[in-house]
Amino acid sequence: MKSVLEVKNLGVSYKGRGRVLKNITFSIKKGEILGLVGESGCGKSTLSKAILSFIPIEEGEIIHGTKRPQMVFQDPFSSLNPSKTIGWILEEPLRVSKVPKEERKRRVVEMIEKVGLGKEHLKRYPKELSGGQRQRVSIAISLIQGAEFIIADEPVSALDVTVQKQIMELMLTLQEENQLSYLFISHDLNVIYQMCDRVIVMKDGEIVEEGEVEELFANPKHDYTKVLLDSIME
Amino acid sequence: MKNRKNYSLIIGITIVSILFLLFLMGIFYTPYDPDAMNGSEKMLAPSIQHLFGTDQFGRDIFSRVLKGIGTTFLIAISTVCLGAGIGVLIGVLTGYFGGWLDEVLMRVNDAIVAFPSILLALIFISVLGAGKNNVVLALAIVFIPSFARMTRSEFLANRDMDYVKSAKLMGVSSLRIMLVHILPNAIPTILSMMAIGFNNAILAEAGMSYLGIGVQPPEASLGRMLSESQIYLSRAPWIAIFPGLAIVLLALSFSLISEGLSKKGER
Repeated sequence: MKSVLEVKNLGVSYKGRGRVLKNITFSIKKGEILGLVGESGCGKSTLSKAILSFIPIEEGEIIHGTKRPQMVFQDPFSSLNPSKTIGWILEEPLRVSKVPKEERKRRVVEMIEKVGLGKEHLKRYPKELSGGQRQRVSIAISLIQGAEFIIADEPVSALDVTVQKQIMELMLTLQEENQLSYLFISHDLNVIYQMCDRVIVMKDGEIVEEGEVEELFANPKHDYTKVLLDSIME
Repeated sequence: MKNRKNYSLIIGITIVSILFLLFLMGIFYTPYDPDAMNGSEKMLAPSIQHLFGTDQFGRDIFSRVLKGIGTTFLIAISTVCLGAGIGVLIGVLTGYFGGWLDEVLMRVNDAIVAFPSILLALIFISVLGAGKNNVVLALAIVFIPSFARMTRSEFLANRDMDYVKSAKLMGVSSLRIMLVHILPNAIPTILSMMAIGFNNAILAEAGMSYLGIGVQPPEASLGRMLSESQIYLSRAPWIAIFPGLAIVLLALSFSLISEGLSKKGER
C-alpha cells in the first residue's frame, strides 16, 4: 500500500524548552486512520504543526504523498474567519487554485451537502452556526481541494457528546467514500478506539508504543499505555 | 436578538451629513462673496440679509462659515486619509511579519509618540512653513503612530488564529491573507480610530489656524475666524459664536460616530 505520510527520525526543538520531539518515526497508509494519544504537553500538536510545516524541523524528514495535507482544527470558534460567510470561506481554496466561477459554485454546494449541511448555510456567518455545524464546515474546507490526508487535532473535544458522535460518524463515512487517511489526535481513548485502525502513544516527545487498536487496548506493553488505559476503565 | 438603536451613530452621522451638505453648498453657492469686504456693513448683528451677521470688515459670516467648514473638512479628510493609510500599512506589515521590521518601525513610532502631538506638529510647521498643505502633512505624520499601533495589535491578535492557519493550508498568499482575510476583522477598530482622528484633526487645525500658522488669510478657516474675532467679542459676539459653534458641531459629531462605531463593534 502507498503511504500518504512518512515521518523519519523527526526532531524539533523550541527556544528555551529544549527538545520537544525526539526521534519520531511512523507512516500512514492510504485509507488508514492513525490515532495519536498522549496527555497535553506531550508534543501532539507540535507534531501536527511540524507535518504541516508551520514550524521548522531540525532533524529527520517528512515525506508527503501527492497532495498537501489538510487540517481540521480543535476549536470550531476560531478556525472560521468571523467576517466572512460560510460560502465565501468554502470557496476560497478553489478561488486560490483558480477554478472557474461556475464550477466553484457547483462544488461548494456539492461539498456543503456532503457534510450534512444545506445551501441555506452558505449565506450565514460563522457566529450563526453551532459548534457541530462549524466543525462540519471545517471538514468541508479540508476536503474541497480533494485532499487525501487530513490531520484532525482533537476535532471533537470541544463538542457535546451527542454532537461528537455525529461528527465522528461523518468523518468515518467520508473516509470510506473517498479512501481518506486521517491522523486523528485525541486525548480521549474512547474516541480513539471507535475511530482508529492503528494508534501511536506519545509521552514527553517520544513514541512509546505503536500498534493495532484492538491489540494495543487488549495487551498494552508500555507502562504508560497501561496507566492511560486504567484511567478510562474506572 | 436585541436591536437597540445606536443613537450616537445615528445622531453623529446626521450632523455630519448636514454639515457635509453645507460644505457642498459652499463650493457652488454662498449668499455673498466670503472674502468681499464692505465698509458700510461692518459688524452687523444677525438679520434676514446676513443670517449670522457680518464681521469687522463687513464680510458675511454665514458665507465665511460655509467656506470655513469646507476648508476644515478638506484638511481633516486629507489628514486622516494620509495618516490612516500609512499607519495602517505599517501596522499590517509589522503585526503580520514581526521580526526586525517590527522592531525598527515600532521604535520610530515610540520616538514620535514621545512628543506631545501638537508640539510635534508645530515643529514640522516651523520647518516646512505655514500653509494648508503643510498643516495636512504635519498632522498626518503625527497621526501615523496611533493607527500603526492599533492595526499592529489587531494583526498580532489575529495572525496566530486557526482561521489564518487554515488559509495558509488552502495555499492563500501572505498578501491575500493580510488584506482579504485579516484586514476586514480590523476594520471596525480602524473606522472608529478614523472618526477620533477626524475629531482631533478638526481641533488641531482650528488650534493651528488660531495661532496663525495654519490656513493663511484671506482664506476662511473656522480657527482663523475665531482668532480674528476675539478682540470684538464684547461688541459683536456673533463673529466668534458661529464659527465656534461649527467647530463644536464638527468635533462632537465625529466623536459621536466614533463612539457609535465602537459600540457597534462590541455587539
